[in-house]
Amino acid sequence: MGLLYGLIAAGLALIFGLMDVVNFAHGEFLMIAMYVTFFLFTFFAIDPLLAAPLVAAALFVFGAVVYLVVVRFAMRAKANIGMVQIFATFGLAIVMRGLAQLFFTPDYRSVPHSWLGSKTVSLGGIFLPEPQLVGALVSIAAFGALYLFINRTDFGRALEATREDPGAVALVGIDKNRVFALGWGLGAALVGLAGAIMAIFFYIYPDVGASFALIAYVTVALGGFGSVFGAFAGGIIVGLVEASTALILPPSLKSVGIYAVYLLVVFIRPRGLFGSM
Amino acid sequence: MDKNFIERRRRDLITAAGLAAVAAVVPLFVKDVYVQNIMVLTLMYAALSQSWNILSGYCGQISLGHALYFGLGAYTTALLFTKFGVLPWFGMIAGGVLAAAIAMALGYPFFRLGGHYFAIATIVIAEIGLLLIQNWDWAGAALGIDIPVRGDSWLKFQFARSKLPYFYFALVLACVAWFVTWWLEDSKWGFWWRAVKDNPEAAESLGVVVFNSKMGAAAVSAFLVAVGGSFYAQFVSYIDPESVMGFQFSLLMALPAVLGGIGTLWGPLLGAVILIPLTELTRSYIGGSGRGVDLIVYGTLIMLIALARPEGLIGLFSRRKEAAR
Repeated sequence: MGLLYGLIAAGLALIFGLMDVVNFAHGEFLMIAMYVTFFLFTFFAIDPLLAAPLVAAALFVFGAVVYLVVVRFAMRAKANIGMVQIFATFGLAIVMRGLAQLFFTPDYRSVPHSWLGSKTVSLGGIFLPEPQLVGALVSIAAFGALYLFINRTDFGRALEATREDPGAVALVGIDKNRVFALGWGLGAALVGLAGAIMAIFFYIYPDVGASFALIAYVTVALGGFGSVFGAFAGGIIVGLVEASTALILPPSLKSVGIYAVYLLVVFIRPRGLFGSM
Repeated sequence: MDKNFIERRRRDLITAAGLAAVAAVVPLFVKDVYVQNIMVLTLMYAALSQSWNILSGYCGQISLGHALYFGLGAYTTALLFTKFGVLPWFGMIAGGVLAAAIAMALGYPFFRLGGHYFAIATIVIAEIGLLLIQNWDWAGAALGIDIPVRGDSWLKFQFARSKLPYFYFALVLACVAWFVTWWLEDSKWGFWWRAVKDNPEAAESLGVVVFNSKMGAAAVSAFLVAVGGSFYAQFVSYIDPESVMGFQFSLLMALPAVLGGIGTLWGPLLGAVILIPLTELTRSYIGGSGRGVDLIVYGTLIMLIALARPEGLIGLFSRRKEAAR
């Protein structure tokens, strides 16, 4: 479960952590990804596992469009840019939830029989549910790819440079909007992967994203802004803490452990575990 | 001191007194309960947003967890009244003092954090509060508390038949929040806060005790929001954790100030006067179908205002004033 949190947080780590843009609609991105998976399954009988790349591609386009249509303008604000971003994306989140209610109805939906659903695999005597296991593997692969992508490619460098100084990068011929639109697309595509896998074993409804979004923010901040590895470590810690909190406290209080650990970490290290900003 | 500045402050005060006087007579002519209800909510949100603005707007410490203080106020009043029979007036003070004390206790570790780390910490602490209350059986857990209505009385601050007393209390609350802001704006504290917001290092080097001034802002802000929470509990006479302490509520409280003009004297009031009636009207006219159209309209509205007027709607006024000069 921790690695799945990691996967949800990976997209946010890119948008929130590396580009320093607040996205309060992140949970709604996840919700959309789950619905796309659901419809691909229902109408075209495509298994979520095969659908995952398609969903990621769809979300890539969606993320880039959201940047170009909404976020680009939110970043133009001169004063209190943080609040403008918060409320522009918060408004977007409400619109997306409303649209989901309008077109998909508030009913709970699920993907009933997929290849992996409710199967388990035995690893050294411990039974693990397959969807979660695949999710964990995808998560590790996604983080590895993201890490290499940010640190080893020109695009990754362009992204960091653009955040640091948009004016200077314009001088060397980098189009800020193009770089950030691609960044948003990538971030959304990662959420798309997460959504496709979560659709296998989670109910799908318009408000599904909210509960995961908050944990994703905490995960990114726990790992520290500006660090891909941090978000990965954050995801693992959050998963472990949640599981161990569930042992001592009632299930409804399991998030308290995650929140308490976040507070503890930032009190000791005000920039998160591996943060650079 | 600049003469224009003193002039402007006097004008602000006179305008506010005039507006309050007009607002006070409106319900004598508008008898419709639905409209009166919207007016009460508008004034309440104006007061809450004004209080939030003190910490987040003037002092620049963006808090997205003010629902915690609102919920503390609501729950303290409701619990003291239903379990111990303590009058809501004392509950209100107790809630405010408790919220201020907690704000300062939290401020001690929190104010070392910067930017997003601080904002997320405020969200997280409010969520912890929410989860704890939801699991606290004595306080009604997730079901909340029903405040028994025992007839109209100012003593118990309950009025089943008329909304007018609530309206006047909300008006007083909004006036107090406005006046506190007005008064602080020109005080030593107000100048400190703006200095802390703009450049904490420079402020520190000029002798502003940054930490203490943040603490002061947090305490005032939390106290006023908690009083608002007490009022809300009496007004709706039923509270549950999600509706008074949820994350959405923290954002709703900040919204009027941001849309009206963050860190300005008139911004929160302007934002509330425009936003709350619009919210309520869309909810009642196109909501109810359960199909989310009201959400779409509401969300679009927030998005458009945030994008079109990043400095807040107050910018429209000041620009016109400058043009007229």
